[in-house]
Amino acid sequence: MTTTVITTLPHFSNLSRGIFVRPNFSFPFSPSRRLAGNLASSNMAAAAAAISPVPKDDLERIAKISATIRVIPDFPKPGIMFQDITTLLLDPVAFKDTIDLFVERYKHMNISVVAGVEARGFIFGPPIALAIGAKFVPIRKPKKLPGEVISEEYSLEYGTDKMEMHVGAVQPGDRALVVDDLIATGGTLCAAMKLLERVEAHVVECACVIELAELKGRDRLGEKPLFVLVSST
Amino acid sequence: MFAAENGLKGDPRLQAISQAIRVIPHFPKQGIMFQDITTLLLNHKAFKDTVDIFVDRYRDMGISVVAGIEARGFMFGPSIALAIGAKFIPLRKPGKLPGEVISQAYELEYGTDCLEMHVGAVLPGERTVVIDDLVATGGTLSAAINLLERMEAEVVECACVIGLSDLKGKRKLHGKPLYILVEPREIEDCC
Repeated sequence: MTTTVITTLPHFSNLSRGIFVRPNFSFPFSPSRRLAGNLASSNMAAAAAAISPVPKDDLERIAKISATIRVIPDFPKPGIMFQDITTLLLDPVAFKDTIDLFVERYKHMNISVVAGVEARGFIFGPPIALAIGAKFVPIRKPKKLPGEVISEEYSLEYGTDKMEMHVGAVQPGDRALVVDDLIATGGTLCAAMKLLERVEAHVVECACVIELAELKGRDRLGEKPLFVLVSST
Repeated sequence: MFAAENGLKGDPRLQAISQAIRVIPHFPKQGIMFQDITTLLLNHKAFKDTVDIFVDRYRDMGISVVAGIEARGFMFGPSIALAIGAKFIPLRKPGKLPGEVISQAYELEYGTDCLEMHVGAVLPGERTVVIDDLVATGGTLSAAINLLERMEAEVVECACVIGLSDLKGKRKLHGKPLYILVEPREIEDCC
């Protein structure tokens, strides 16, 4: 006789902020990956939890992390609800928990490079890199890096921008993690991934504190896994 | 003051840190020997040693805030803050911070620039350390000190990985203690 244990994922919602905590745990081998990444209903959430139950400690830490993120309406322009992580950085326990959650996930995945996207990726990326024994590579806006670079263009709502990486920073075969504070449309993360793939690194995963699920950045990453702590609608 | 003058004389970690830094001539313009710390970040041991030296210094000084200057101060500051249990505050170029800010202008060689900090990030009386990768004239650090002092925080020290050698023998910058790990390297020494 088999017993299926269903753990209903707690639904933390802050109605005034519209932030929902939906821990994402995309195991490469698990068919629940798409379920976990797209929790359309509580039934699916329960099913995902049954296949990959989230440790209670993780949920508690994520709930506290989510509570420290401040939402600033109409920044940088009307209609945008800006997810401000600077308040997370003011809470040493929440900041440490954020880094620990990423480190716990990646420390046994043989990651040799953590690439952080300018500028808030520079805040989360280096502590993760140091803890897991990886190099840290900054992915920067044009003309900031002083040495020889490769560039990747990506589209904005209006026009394009570029991301750059130093030549020689990453070697063929390096196993890479791309880190930023937030994924919106996924344009920046895609550009960062392409830079790494052009030098024949293997991008293992993209990792963000926050996902703006409505903007479907996850889909733009295609087959590449995305791991986030807090998903916001 | 340089770390080698203050307890770390002959420490092999300092030489390794110095050698991990790459010098790029004539960037961003002719005549400037740019000290590129991205190669330090590629050297896990040297990067970890850099952070550890600062952590060892500040761990028992009752520091509750580490303020990092955009963008390269962000690469060092958070790790130090995490290790000593302090808050991390990003000091940013104009228009980046989303909430209410205070601003401080500072002089460049030609013209001025501006640094901003969120209102409410630091509380009166908090003991703070300011961190950046490099100190040259000290203009940016000075602006950072001003921002923190305007919110009545106490700036205990400014910490930089690299500092120009004419700061040698000086213990203070704009009235605040300065702690530096290494001097800039010339191109001949480059790895």
